[in-house]
Amino acid sequence: MGGSSRFGRFQGMLFASPALIVLGLFVIYPAYYTIRLAFYQGDFNFHFFHYLGLKNFKDLLTNDPDFLDTSKFHGFNIVKELVYKSDGGALINNVHWVIFYLSFSLIIGLGLAVLAVRVRYERAVKTAIFVPMAISATAVGIIWLFVYSPNPDTGLLNAIIHGFDNGFHPIAWVGRPSLVNYCLIFAYIWASVGFVMVVLSAAIKGIPAEIMEAARVDGAGEWNIFRRIMFPMLSLPISVVTVWLFVNVIKVFDIIYVMTSGGPGTSSRVIAFTMYEETFQNFSNTRGPGYGAAVAVIMLVLVAPVMVLNVRRFRSERVVT
Amino acid sequence: MATVTFDHVTKAYADGTIAVNELDLLIKDGEFLVLVGPSGCGKTTALRCLAGLEEITAGQIKIDARIVNRVPPKDRNIAMVFQSYALYPHMTVFDNLAFGLKLMKTPKQEIKRRVEEAAKILNLETLLERKPRALSGGQRQRVALGRAIVREPAAFLMDEPLSNLDAKLRVQTRAEILRLQRRLETTTVYVTHDQVEAMTMGDRIAVMNLGVLQQIGTPPELYDNPVNVFVAAFIGSPAMNFATAKADDGKLVLGGTTLHLSGEAAKAAAQNRGRDLLIGFRPEDLVLNGNGRADDVHIPAQIDVVEYLGHEELIHAQSEGHEIVALVPSEQKVQAGQEVKFAIQSNKLHVFDPETELNLTARG
Ligand SMILES: Nc1ncnc2c1ncn2[C@@H]1O[C@H](COP(=O)(O)OP(=O)(O)O)[C@@H](O)[C@H]1O
Ligand SMILES: [Mg+2]
Repeated sequence: MGGSSRFGRFQGMLFASPALIVLGLFVIYPAYYTIRLAFYQGDFNFHFFHYLGLKNFKDLLTNDPDFLDTSKFHGFNIVKELVYKSDGGALINNVHWVIFYLSFSLIIGLGLAVLAVRVRYERAVKTAIFVPMAISATAVGIIWLFVYSPNPDTGLLNAIIHGFDNGFHPIAWVGRPSLVNYCLIFAYIWASVGFVMVVLSAAIKGIPAEIMEAARVDGAGEWNIFRRIMFPMLSLPISVVTVWLFVNVIKVFDIIYVMTSGGPGTSSRVIAFTMYEETFQNFSNTRGPGYGAAVAVIMLVLVAPVMVLNVRRFRSERVVT
Repeated sequence: MATVTFDHVTKAYADGTIAVNELDLLIKDGEFLVLVGPSGCGKTTALRCLAGLEEITAGQIKIDARIVNRVPPKDRNIAMVFQSYALYPHMTVFDNLAFGLKLMKTPKQEIKRRVEEAAKILNLETLLERKPRALSGGQRQRVALGRAIVREPAAFLMDEPLSNLDAKLRVQTRAEILRLQRRLETTTVYVTHDQVEAMTMGDRIAVMNLGVLQQIGTPPELYDNPVNVFVAAFIGSPAMNFATAKADDGKLVLGGTTLHLSGEAAKAAAQNRGRDLLIGFRPEDLVLNGNGRADDVHIPAQIDVVEYLGHEELIHAQSEGHEIVALVPSEQKVQAGQEVKFAIQSNKLHVFDPETELNLTARG
């Protein structure tokens, strides 16, 4: 077919145009609008009153303890601070989300995937683990609210601990600033781990059995097969899942909205929650909707490099195989 | 270096398929044993049982004096070459070869020495840094062999290692594997469905069918003295001709032709007087128009097709209602439709019992 001829190119554009129009109208233009708004005093009605430059970003990063509480950071051991501070604002909370959500989802998901392909009722087990994935985050939030509830009639977690230790007094798990983030993260891991497991166990099944048998004959036990054969051969699916988890966790919002609304106080806010608050709740205050748009831009900046890496990786894999 | 013993080994899969049935084999130290049979006869299963990749249902497998029924593959000290080669795709050729040695905690220097030595033997020296996907089929095959030899195991197991190569490379690699095995003198169990491979490579050949061992012997033993119809038909190319004939005293009646026999064939005919027997004769034992020997048996035939092969030609003909094939030197000019007489030495004639399918003329 004349892909290079003038008519062929025109035809190609014609077929692509509906998709391009939709993409432009609902993705590219709004993105452009948001980025522009972040630098202006403006509104949602296509008005850009006057240019603010980087003021919104500066305020966010230096002058907004709900987003980034710089007063909480001392010394040079940034990593340690990041891991242990649980009251450093939405950005730091989100860093916690990335660290814990990502690592535990991957480890648990991979572990389940390795085990799932060996169990007898593989399909049933997998379905059971995958089901939370199919539930809306709202429902997940409500389920876990029950689990974490301090009410002795509904709080499953308190009941379980009480079963082991009679002297235990029920805790309001999501009511404590020091615990709330981990409780939310755990609930979200529960909802995501099924996806990780399904993707990775499919990838494990894609590894030819003979390769693992060759390794067994070559002298490898279970651990060596996992470490030297399975894991390296899963590097592509693992990186894909990692990107998915990363994007997922940078934009996490709904489960927090349902379970804590960012509370108690502002202690469980994350980036997307701040964006929502500033854009749709506080936009009448002095900051204006441009402030929320600036949060959105920060999110984009965090996600973009990972996406670019991912696309590159995919391309290079395709070339060599 | 080791002996391998299969002692009444049976393997039934979970679905009830009996893939290997009461298999008895004694493979000598340093021997090249070929396990041959049609697709699905249980060759791979037998090999996998020996490797420890399948648990056997009954019987015993021994490597030297050690019963290995419950020994996991990693502790059997054997190396296997898979039909698909099963190279580790994420490792370089060097690491593929070194994998087994690394697991044995061999010192780095020693690994390097042995890998390089194997690479030299197999002509892989320039490929050591490549990944398997950047290798040709023949090169991958050599890496698979290399992975087996660097470990210096007690035995090599090879499952149709040549079946993914093109015809020319297959003949070349066949010789290479043989040379390698002669040099290393490592006990080898080699599985193939190709009887030519079996005949050319094996010190001894074990023929299997439907999970049951039919016969084990050297290539000439199988060729000259097949114990039953299956082995007779399976070994030799083109395949043996078969025809039904009525037995009488010292002779067999094939349609309108009487075959006057001598030796074993005559005895078999006499003992089964009045019965229909199956006679078998190899295409290459048929002589066009005969050469006047006293113990020749003559078979009339009408030629259907002549396939010219260069040095020889393959004649398809009709004889007393049976289709037969003859392989004759190509200087003999014959044409389709021609009436001819084939002669065959009486002692080249095999007589089989049609019920038991056993060879009644087996010598030795
Ligand atoms: N995992 C399995 N489960 C059930 N039946 C099997 C399995 N593997 C092989 N078989 C059956 O066992 C028989 C022997 O198979 P195999 O050993 O692969 O034969 P070959 O290598 O001689 O072609 C066949 O009938 C095959 O269908
Ligand atoms: Mg096979």
